[in-house]
Amino acid sequence: MERIPILKMGPFLLVTIQVDMHDRLAETLQRDLSDRVVKDCSRGVLIDISSLEVVDSFIGRMLARIASISRILDAETVVVGMQPAVAITLVELGMSLEGVKTALDVEKGMQILQRSLGIETGGDEDAHPAE
Amino acid sequence: MLTRRSETLNIALEEDIVRVRQNTRRLAIECGFSLVDQTKMVTAASELARNTFVFGGGGTATLEVLQDGGRTGLRLTFEDRGPGIADIEQAMSDGYTSGQGLGLGLGGSKRLVNEFSIRSKVGEGTTVVITRWK
Repeated sequence: MERIPILKMGPFLLVTIQVDMHDRLAETLQRDLSDRVVKDCSRGVLIDISSLEVVDSFIGRMLARIASISRILDAETVVVGMQPAVAITLVELGMSLEGVKTALDVEKGMQILQRSLGIETGGDEDAHPAE
Repeated sequence: MLTRRSETLNIALEEDIVRVRQNTRRLAIECGFSLVDQTKMVTAASELARNTFVFGGGGTATLEVLQDGGRTGLRLTFEDRGPGIADIEQAMSDGYTSGQGLGLGLGGSKRLVNEFSIRSKVGEGTTVVITRWK
């Protein structure tokens, strides 16, 4: 069965959606992610949608559901890389993705997740060696 | 008004919704739509194709490139012979859902296009026509 791969990066899960998903594939991803959050004791989920040219109400709802489910399972979700045309269309469609954290790119998304765990990011570690 | 080209797609499987999106994108590019307008049209197509599949039990999507004087447009017609919609006004309102969590399909699609019309008869089916002009 066709599946979207989920990568583990330390305490986080990373998903890059690169195909035009049909609805069942989106539902499978939602289930797989919930399972992996529990199995891997993940504390964060990062979903990169920069390759998605369309986010309709079904995909929008799926993203919101993933965020809700993860939150209940003690993991933060950040959706990154939304194209401007997609954002404009989503708002006009009537979806504001409430409750879903977003960031412009993967790097900024990772920073949000790391901050949520209290992990210092970037060059700060060099400037302030361990006490 | 002239129909420059026309193609009809069957909507019988979930994968057909993806195909409607892809063909709509191709024709929207051919019409010279901006990226935002392409995205709006493709998103509306996706919503309506899903309605045809889920609520209409399948049907067809007809994609037409129109020429009206100096302007070019893309018209999509979604037809099914499903149960029909008893209360169209209610079905058009945001947040209305008939059980599958599809509350934004009709009302949302209408906001994404220039022209929107719906015809439905209980027991006979539903036809939705949307048009976007460049």
